[in-house]
Amino acid sequence: MSTQEIAAETQVEMITVMIDGFEVTVPKGTLVIRAAEKLGIQIPRFCDHPLLDPVGACRQCLVEIEINGRKFPKPQASCTIPVEPGMIVNTQLTSPVADKAQQGIMELLLINHPLDCPVCDKGGECPLQNQAMSNGREESRFEGYKRTFEKPINISSQVLLDRERCILCARCTRFSEQIAGDPFITLNERGALQQVGIYEKDPFESYFSGNTVQICPVGALTGASYRFRARPFDLVSTPSACEHCASGCDMRTDVRRGKTLRRLAGDDAQVNEEWNCDKGRWAFKYVTQKDRITTPLVRGEDGELHEASWPEALHAAATGLEANRAAVLVGGRATLEDAYGYSKFARIALRTNDIDFRARLTSDEERNFLASHVVGTNVHYKDLDRADHVVLLGFEAEEESPIVFLRLYKQVRKRAMKVTAVAPFASRGNKKLNAELIATAAGNEASAIGKISGLTSKSVILIGERLSESTGAISAAVALSQSSGAKLAWIPRRAGERGALEAGAIGNLLPGGRPVTETAARVDLQAAWGVEGLPSSVGRDTEAILKDLHDGNIEALLIGGVDPLDISAHHHDGLKKAFVVSLEIRHSAITEIANVVLPVAAVVEKSGTFVNWEGRPRSFETAIEESLTRSDVRILSMLADEMGTPINLPTVTAAREEFNSLGNWEARSSFTPVSPTSVSASGNQALLSSWRLLLDAGSLQDGENNLAGTVHPSVAVISENRANSLGVKNGDLITVSTSHGSITLPCEINAIEENSVWIPRNSVDSKVIATLGVASGPVSVVKA
Amino acid sequence: MTKLTPVLSAFWDQKDSFTIEGYKRNGGYKAIEKALSMAPDDVIQTVKDSGLRGRGGAGFPTGMKWGFIPQGDNKEHYFVVNADESEPGTCKDMPMLLANPHVLVEGIIIGSYAIRANHAFIYIRGEVTHIIRRVQQAIEDAYKAGYLGKNILGKGFDLELVLHVGAGAYICGEETALLDSLEGFRGQPRLRPPFPAIAGLYARPTVVNNVESVASVPAIINNGVEWFSSMGTEKSKGFTLYSLSGHVKNPGQFEAPLGITLRELISLAGGMRNGNKLKFWTPGGSSTPLFTAEHLDTPLDYEGVAAAGSMLGTKALQIFDETVCVVRAVLRWTEFYKHESCGKCTPCREGTWWLVQILKDLESGKGEAADLDKLLDLCDNIAGRSFCALADGAASPIISSLKYFREEYMEHLRNGGCPFDPTKSTLFATAEAGAR
Repeated sequence: MSTQEIAAETQVEMITVMIDGFEVTVPKGTLVIRAAEKLGIQIPRFCDHPLLDPVGACRQCLVEIEINGRKFPKPQASCTIPVEPGMIVNTQLTSPVADKAQQGIMELLLINHPLDCPVCDKGGECPLQNQAMSNGREESRFEGYKRTFEKPINISSQVLLDRERCILCARCTRFSEQIAGDPFITLNERGALQQVGIYEKDPFESYFSGNTVQICPVGALTGASYRFRARPFDLVSTPSACEHCASGCDMRTDVRRGKTLRRLAGDDAQVNEEWNCDKGRWAFKYVTQKDRITTPLVRGEDGELHEASWPEALHAAATGLEANRAAVLVGGRATLEDAYGYSKFARIALRTNDIDFRARLTSDEERNFLASHVVGTNVHYKDLDRADHVVLLGFEAEEESPIVFLRLYKQVRKRAMKVTAVAPFASRGNKKLNAELIATAAGNEASAIGKISGLTSKSVILIGERLSESTGAISAAVALSQSSGAKLAWIPRRAGERGALEAGAIGNLLPGGRPVTETAARVDLQAAWGVEGLPSSVGRDTEAILKDLHDGNIEALLIGGVDPLDISAHHHDGLKKAFVVSLEIRHSAITEIANVVLPVAAVVEKSGTFVNWEGRPRSFETAIEESLTRSDVRILSMLADEMGTPINLPTVTAAREEFNSLGNWEARSSFTPVSPTSVSASGNQALLSSWRLLLDAGSLQDGENNLAGTVHPSVAVISENRANSLGVKNGDLITVSTSHGSITLPCEINAIEENSVWIPRNSVDSKVIATLGVASGPVSVVKA
Repeated sequence: MTKLTPVLSAFWDQKDSFTIEGYKRNGGYKAIEKALSMAPDDVIQTVKDSGLRGRGGAGFPTGMKWGFIPQGDNKEHYFVVNADESEPGTCKDMPMLLANPHVLVEGIIIGSYAIRANHAFIYIRGEVTHIIRRVQQAIEDAYKAGYLGKNILGKGFDLELVLHVGAGAYICGEETALLDSLEGFRGQPRLRPPFPAIAGLYARPTVVNNVESVASVPAIINNGVEWFSSMGTEKSKGFTLYSLSGHVKNPGQFEAPLGITLRELISLAGGMRNGNKLKFWTPGGSSTPLFTAEHLDTPLDYEGVAAAGSMLGTKALQIFDETVCVVRAVLRWTEFYKHESCGKCTPCREGTWWLVQILKDLESGKGEAADLDKLLDLCDNIAGRSFCALADGAASPIISSLKYFREEYMEHLRNGGCPFDPTKSTLFATAEAGAR
């Protein structure tokens, strides 16, 4: 929340001060530099950052201050001094002393700066360059020798440090400590030799390290992938939204000649503030991989895919979908408009409710919960800012929704907000949150949730998508929310899931949360869509669709952006039998067996909307105008036309407008609790638990090797007792196996729930579902 | 003629003055009996009434500092002694700790009792190994004698005293940098407010006092406020250690009432070496603006020195005779500040880097008159613009030397180099060679 918002809510005292002869009224506690901004007076600054604690190190923002007629004998750093009643401030605009002080500091900052702007990435968008022009001398009087360093050095595979350019403002080190909770970089040495450094044994493997590059006010920290790639004035910038998770970061995409060269965190005080995670910042090269699909493909009689024209391909797809009983799987990466396209296509062109956006392990319990408690609701980041207690269920904030983590960490750091986590062990992220751990084996969450107490109406329960893997756990969470009055929010991992839910890309809901079984809701939508009759029985979910493909009850599948290995290792035969139409950006396990492949646009090539976990729409425009690819919804509309059952969504804008005009259905379906089951293990068996790490083998991270360099190494976490009984030490290899396959990893001995073993779900050397065939339940654990 | 008033240094000539037996024989550890029988607030009031001011440089009233600690706040309080004496020329605390460490321990017990702290720390500079051993021994002996630890003298007061050895950084003499260092971080000054009295060590109310200030307290408790305030001047009460170094016959520590003059002190020190003329001197270490022979009769108390344009500082009187090149001396000091700048803020970090280069050029005769104005302008952009007072100290000798000796700088430029023979200023120079 901004200071203004907080002031409005808590009725903070307002203070009026005079700056350069103008009066300004600001909440008590506002810094002078910030009060001046309100008047449009920009005091030059480097170390100051509104989201970091003041430090007063660079001294660039010196101004003259007097309070009630008493003048400070020396110019004061306006970034460290809060306003006071009776304060009169004279900035560089009205005080010759302040102006000279600022010019003096600027001259000093530049004496050891290499002034290599012509070869510096920051040149053209550099606060040092800009402010040297606005608040510095025209000529330096320095004639001596400059401090030199080897340049640049890697402080991680993705961040480079040029110590000569560094002006030691400590923004990067303060960010890492105060915002990310990862104090992996620090200032070393002293005097002019002071420099940013990493610890010998702890590399800068923070998930948020890219922000240090963005807030560096000079070109000292640069991204390894962007270095020397472009000048800022050659880039075309487009405001965009991040496609990597449901946090909903505002972003900026910078493109040169049809290629994304970098992405930056956007500025949205209500969502990501000014931060994003390294995945969102750096994982965009998947769009330009060699396996990108550029033309429609149709499988010929020879069994091979052949390039085809759009009319040919659309005809083939339409024929196949018309002739067979079809279902729709749309992955969690679709935009709201695309998901709406799939949703409408399923109902009108395929006349079915067999559609599911959940390309992962799911349950009916979750689907009912989404319809009764999530669709159309809003819980906000602001609620986390104000919470007295946050409970994390089936949800690892730092790994699965990193901006949610940053917001939680902010409150934990600021006011020791209480956090409770139900998980098998305290992950790095939960340790940073100082979370109280209720150590629980995967599958037994329901009874653990029952033990949570002390929640109030100011508490928030955050449910991750993995909670659906534990029978009865969501029901327990709903009960906890009802008994305590705590707010309930669902945080899926993928960016599109919440939007797809709102768009009705699920078997029990039509767009706008209209229950498929409710006649009035269907009639309402029929009127809007201008169709007669909509399918009225609850559709199949992801697992049922895959099973019925196998059993032959469904013969065709329209599938977009789904990796079947995220769901099950046993899908292949069923898919192979069916007529499959795949909408994809790159070749995948699905395109290998698909009958018709239709290329679609990647996020940077289209406009659209992601709805984040809060239910907040995040619209974005096309960043790469030159792209010839089309959004899914446009292709679905063409396909529907070809089938003679038009859905009339020729553009993304049309889809967005039509969806928005539908509005939300007020009545919610009721939730039927499911009784919990419990799991146990004995002998050398253990209960498997796993989640995806932020940086892993996900296909949207393909092609970015510098990012991959900071992936956390895969380990298998076991308890000390299990390690003793297996006779292994930290780092020894152990094997986790099922009848389907085995994974061997170095072990990490940790305070994990006794019966559990944890391994990463989708890392390069640990692909749980593909290898083990399951994601939870009993597995065998032995010394390798 | 002002007379010496040895209190802290009264028994330095005794062979065992540093031992607990020696200290007790001379009346040591009597003040705690008295102080621990008083109400803590009365102890603070006594120190306030005495007019004792901080001996570390700034001269802040010690009793008032103690009074700032919020009482009844249910928080741990800490009493920290700054023994990081590293100001060039300053040599009062180290000799005192060598000869009389127990007086500091006794002062700490009283101070901690007064502010209701159960933990005290001495932060001592790392280079002085022999003194560290002595203070360590003194603390151990005080524990054995029951002056430290649980239930001191049966009065129900507990105190743990820890000696912490610094790693040799001048900046750690700045009280907030000292606290950072004591907490295990790199010593760099902290943003104030909050001041240490509210959030100091481990963010708890903390008093940070200089060694000499604390060591002066037992005598005040023993002899009373009137005895103490009978010495010194109106606003600078009591006795203090003046350290004379450099070109005097008998350099050393001279304990005298505040307000004594350098003329008196030089005569107590046996006069200038070889009968040479006084050229310039520092009243309180290298960070205080230089004085010259015209200031020989300036009263050396807080007000007197300030009125004459400098600061009493640590009362480290570095005496330079006519054989010394002021440019060279100032360059050496500036090199010190460059070496010790912590790097946190721009003017100090970059400014000292630049100043050294300019002064080196000037000393070797490179440059022109305009460079002296540039040097002054640069000092104006450094002093009063930095995060802490280190940079102010770095600019002081430059500004003051240009004020009094501009012509000597010019002579370097005209001469194309230094007109002085540096060997003549050395202490091993003979009378004949030393005369210019």
